[in-house]
Amino acid sequence: MAYLIKEDREARIDMSHGSGGRASAKLIDTLFLKHLGNEMLNRGDDCAAFEVGAGRLVMSTDSHVVSPLFFPGGDIGSLAVHGTVNDLAMAGARPLYLSAAFILEEGLPLRELEQIVISMASAAEAAGVRVICGDTKVVEQGKGDGVFITTTGVGVVPPGVMISGDRAQPGDVVLLSGSIGDHGIAILSKRAGLSFETEIESDSAALNALVAQMVQAVPQIHSLRDPTRGGLATTLNELARQSAVGIRLHEAAIPVKPQVAAACELLGLDPMYIANEGKLVAICAAEDAQPLLAVMRAHPLARDAAIIGEVCADPDARVQMQTRYGGARVVDWLAGEQLPRIC
Amino acid sequence: MKYVEEFRDQHHVCAIAAAIAREADVSRRYRLMEFCGGHTHAIFRYGLQQLLPNNVEFVHGPGCPVCVLPMARIDQAIRLAQQPDLVLCSYGDMLRVPAGKGRSLLQAKAAGADVRMVYSTQDALQIAREQPQRQVVFFAIGFETTTPPTAVAILQAQREGLTNFSVFCNHVLTPAALGAILDTDTPLAIDGFLGPSHVSTIIGSRPYEVFAERYQRPIVIAGFEPVDVMQSALMAIRRINQGQAIVDNEYTRAVTRDGNAKAQALMAEVFTLRSEFEWRGLGLIANSALKIADAYAAFDAEQRFDVPLRALTEIKGCECPAVLRGQKTPLDCKLFGAPCTPENPLGACMVSSEGACAAYWRYGRVQEAG
Repeated sequence: MAYLIKEDREARIDMSHGSGGRASAKLIDTLFLKHLGNEMLNRGDDCAAFEVGAGRLVMSTDSHVVSPLFFPGGDIGSLAVHGTVNDLAMAGARPLYLSAAFILEEGLPLRELEQIVISMASAAEAAGVRVICGDTKVVEQGKGDGVFITTTGVGVVPPGVMISGDRAQPGDVVLLSGSIGDHGIAILSKRAGLSFETEIESDSAALNALVAQMVQAVPQIHSLRDPTRGGLATTLNELARQSAVGIRLHEAAIPVKPQVAAACELLGLDPMYIANEGKLVAICAAEDAQPLLAVMRAHPLARDAAIIGEVCADPDARVQMQTRYGGARVVDWLAGEQLPRIC
Repeated sequence: MKYVEEFRDQHHVCAIAAAIAREADVSRRYRLMEFCGGHTHAIFRYGLQQLLPNNVEFVHGPGCPVCVLPMARIDQAIRLAQQPDLVLCSYGDMLRVPAGKGRSLLQAKAAGADVRMVYSTQDALQIAREQPQRQVVFFAIGFETTTPPTAVAILQAQREGLTNFSVFCNHVLTPAALGAILDTDTPLAIDGFLGPSHVSTIIGSRPYEVFAERYQRPIVIAGFEPVDVMQSALMAIRRINQGQAIVDNEYTRAVTRDGNAKAQALMAEVFTLRSEFEWRGLGLIANSALKIADAYAAFDAEQRFDVPLRALTEIKGCECPAVLRGQKTPLDCKLFGAPCTPENPLGACMVSSEGACAAYWRYGRVQEAG
């Protein structure tokens, strides 16, 4: 990285960076403030103060422990911004501010940390949010995985918008913003002991701009959720349980990129359970479905948006899939970790 | 995906379903046992049973390598993993299989054992190369499909002089299991078989001929895709209608009558027959498994480490044995659903997604139309 002063280019995080002393201060000044700085963060107080406008305030937090730290289509820095920004956006909120807490492992090269922080800064700028407070701790070598980042965010929901996971009703329509499984497969492709060649990139992206346009067109959207860990299957099961309804999906309507399908085939995995970091599920009344779909498709992050199913009455809150052959099956919660099949 | 999408073609599947509906004799039942867990998985994942008339029924067979491994062998693997300075490498599905109450490789890992999930024997070899100061044991399981790669790994380790690599061998033989199911005192409640697909790429279709002849049941070697499974069911129904008990091969794009001679030679070189081996659900079966030949004893974890087999009793009430024989369905088991679920599996059939119970639980609880 060209940004660090020359003598630091081979430097690594050591325990003194977490001591709270001079080394900590230098790390904050020369790295964190340099890239993430703004008037609130630069103030250096123990907390950040900000004014709140009209509307409901929402708050969310997310810890990021991804391995490897850098992957096709992103890194832990951009992911830490997108993760929390998206959680706020799923309430229909306009994200405003983030906090960022770093747990650094002794031995982490400073230039890797700087690359991550630069990536955070540009992701935050693109999403229109500012990092206004933060914290850094260092753990001994072997007790972390390079770096863990926890971000907490606040945002404001415009008046009249009431989006929540418990509002899906029988007769509603389920929309998905694009192809599933890209992030999880991009990560898997780079994981130690499992290297395979693929051109798939993570879909990691901030969805707040997309959501803003969706909410403007259809303020009465019932539910939004980003299908991250556990994949689409888990997200739909969460929504079904929260709203006490069933969901019926059409397998043929769910977009899966051929490379993702092929990797899943090879590894014995089901794309329905693979993580996404730049997709969302929307549930709305049937009459709102077409206008909402049109708005989604007009946005670059949801060009492949599709209607993938309907909400139905079901006291057992099951998610079911109509297969391409007209058969049906239950799409269950993921049990444990998804493990590859042997045969 | 060439050779995959064609075999998932919607119109093709529906056309075969229509042919089955036409040709199946309404005055009788057709009970077809699909041998492999891969078939079971496909049947549930694609909802194939619902495309068949009511009198044609899939019976789920024992061909899930995870499901048939007895608890005592998993217990042995766990105790191997607990040896100091030892890395136990296993295929993913095995990690969650319970060996008695609260004991699995995943739990052993959480308690400090070095258990690693690998995708191939080559990954295990690589760990052995990178960590010469530690013992690396590969937990080898599976039918003939996964056996040749284990043989290759042992030969490679010998060639490279890797002294810290060994194999805990649990490879089992498909024809022996088929024989055990057919050789029963009670009348056989199966009219025909969908025979193993990947296994048959190795051993060929010839080994099944003796069973078709002796027990007068047609066997169709069947691939794992929806078109394969449906086409094979149609072929079996036609043979049943004709009263012909012979072996057909639907999976011609991969299986020949004589199989893969090179793979067979590798297996013969590195392994010998065990006089008997315990199968979960099927009990002790003579000549049904492989052990590492004396010439390669240096790579046999059972000889290198002192971890003897301990007798373990099956969980009370667990119907896995009858489910694996096709005598009962998962719904006949009192433990199914509570307390035995994929989150908390008591029996092996609930662990692997290829197991009949897990497939029933994951995919089978479909709401009645309405």
